[in-house]
Amino acid sequence: MIHPLDPVATLGRGVLGACRTAGDVALFALDGLSHLVRPPFYGRLFLRAFIDFAYYSLPVVALTAVFTGMVLALQSYTGFARFNAQGAVANLVVLSMTRELGPVLAGLMVAGRVGAAIAAELGTMRVTDQIDALTTLSTNPMKYLVTPRLLAATVALPLLVLVANILGVLGGYLIGTTKLGFSSGAYLSATLDFLHWDDVVSGLVKAAVFGFVIALMGTWNGYSSRGGAQGVGSATTSAVVSSSVLILALDYLLTELFFAR
Amino acid sequence: MSNYRHDAHPEDRTEPYLVAHPAEAVAAAVPKIRLRGVVKHFGSKHVLDGVDLDVAAGHSTVILGGSGSGKSVMLKCMLGLIVPDAGTIEIDGRDVLRMNRREREAVNDRIGMLFQNAALFDSLPVWENVAFKLLAQRRMTRAQARERAAEVLTLVGLAPSVGDLSPSELSGGMQKRVGLARAIAAEPDIIFFDEPTTGLDPIMGAVIDGLIVDCVRRLGATAVSITHDMASARRIGDTAAMLYQGRIVWTGPAEYLGHTGNDIVDQFANGERDGPIQMELRR
Repeated sequence: MIHPLDPVATLGRGVLGACRTAGDVALFALDGLSHLVRPPFYGRLFLRAFIDFAYYSLPVVALTAVFTGMVLALQSYTGFARFNAQGAVANLVVLSMTRELGPVLAGLMVAGRVGAAIAAELGTMRVTDQIDALTTLSTNPMKYLVTPRLLAATVALPLLVLVANILGVLGGYLIGTTKLGFSSGAYLSATLDFLHWDDVVSGLVKAAVFGFVIALMGTWNGYSSRGGAQGVGSATTSAVVSSSVLILALDYLLTELFFAR
Repeated sequence: MSNYRHDAHPEDRTEPYLVAHPAEAVAAAVPKIRLRGVVKHFGSKHVLDGVDLDVAAGHSTVILGGSGSGKSVMLKCMLGLIVPDAGTIEIDGRDVLRMNRREREAVNDRIGMLFQNAALFDSLPVWENVAFKLLAQRRMTRAQARERAAEVLTLVGLAPSVGDLSPSELSGGMQKRVGLARAIAAEPDIIFFDEPTTGLDPIMGAVIDGLIVDCVRRLGATAVSITHDMASARRIGDTAAMLYQGRIVWTGPAEYLGHTGNDIVDQFANGERDGPIQMELRR
């Protein structure tokens, strides 16, 4: 027999569970960050994580950025042609890339590539007792596994986004000059004239936040995974889904913060 | 000759028997590890329900118990990986549950652990696994740590060249040896062994047991092993303790296993289907 208040109880349990998880993640993040100022520091692990985030993610982020710039130029040209405003193509490409698409697309790509790998690696370490083994070997697992990744992702994402911005503009430039009939000088001049430094900076700040979120979700889901191979699989899925959703939600909040008048 | 006081049938005894020599009597007064009333439950399941145990310094104690009886939870409580709900756990007379993080880490610095599946770090070569604690404690340079790893690998019967391999390239028996090498590399006072022979063939199990006995004797360490392998328990244990329904129901010499006079222990040690221990086929 279903009690009339069962749906309310279920909803309440869900809300309480979500609050508890949010609190756990916040404490986990604070613990991870606290090791930034407490020695010993693992420079070698930071470097390894940084190379994984920045160097090995570069091809996928670069390809995404170039094609996005190309598509943006094509689509905006066909749209603006209706209003005889084709001259705004370069402007739209550079602002879209620096403010939104560069950080968001790079973030989503890195979440799928590195965030998933982190969750799978830490999850496997958890279910095979490797994280417990760290504790018995005079090593704080948070300091060893989490802090270097949080820092590396926060530093690496802005650099990746800077490259993505340049390549995205380059993609637009290639289509603009070879297919849409813009002269090279006019396209570049339109790009630079409309670009303001805070467009770039806001994108880089977003990238740093997204990088932190990707590493946080990857490490949190991996670190707290349970239940063997299935648990590791769930942790990996949760890491990608939660970081992707958070990237999009935080993108809105940061845009509101930077550009709302 | 055994140092144990021989009672006719040490049923339901929870105190250790180590009292023979005067020096050991003093050591026995302050056990290396002492558990009192340790309770741990997960939800409604009471895994540990008031565990009392003394482990004498320099002795090898084996904790017996069926699958799911809470042996690993008890070991993790001693290691500080799980916080019990109640009770005290003393190491060298100090309650580790009341220590701050730094004090607890200092205690753990003196503990080595061999995990059931070895728990080697697959992102590191074998030699870095073995020397991990030495590098973590900044006790030596990487070159010195590598030399030390080669020495310890030799002690557990592996060639120094194994140090360059990845853990995934090793067989189960070799992984156990590397895990043992990692546990003893920093010369700990206390070593925990979690199911050291599980998953190994009988001969390799005997080899690992022999290495454990040799290493523990060489270091003069206190050893606590958990197992349900009776042959292994007799080989590596001075003392045995039986964990059943969340409590230690018997403690005595490991050589008595199989004819202790305690129905629970004897049924378990002899692998008999009928007796006081009833398998839970459904939960």
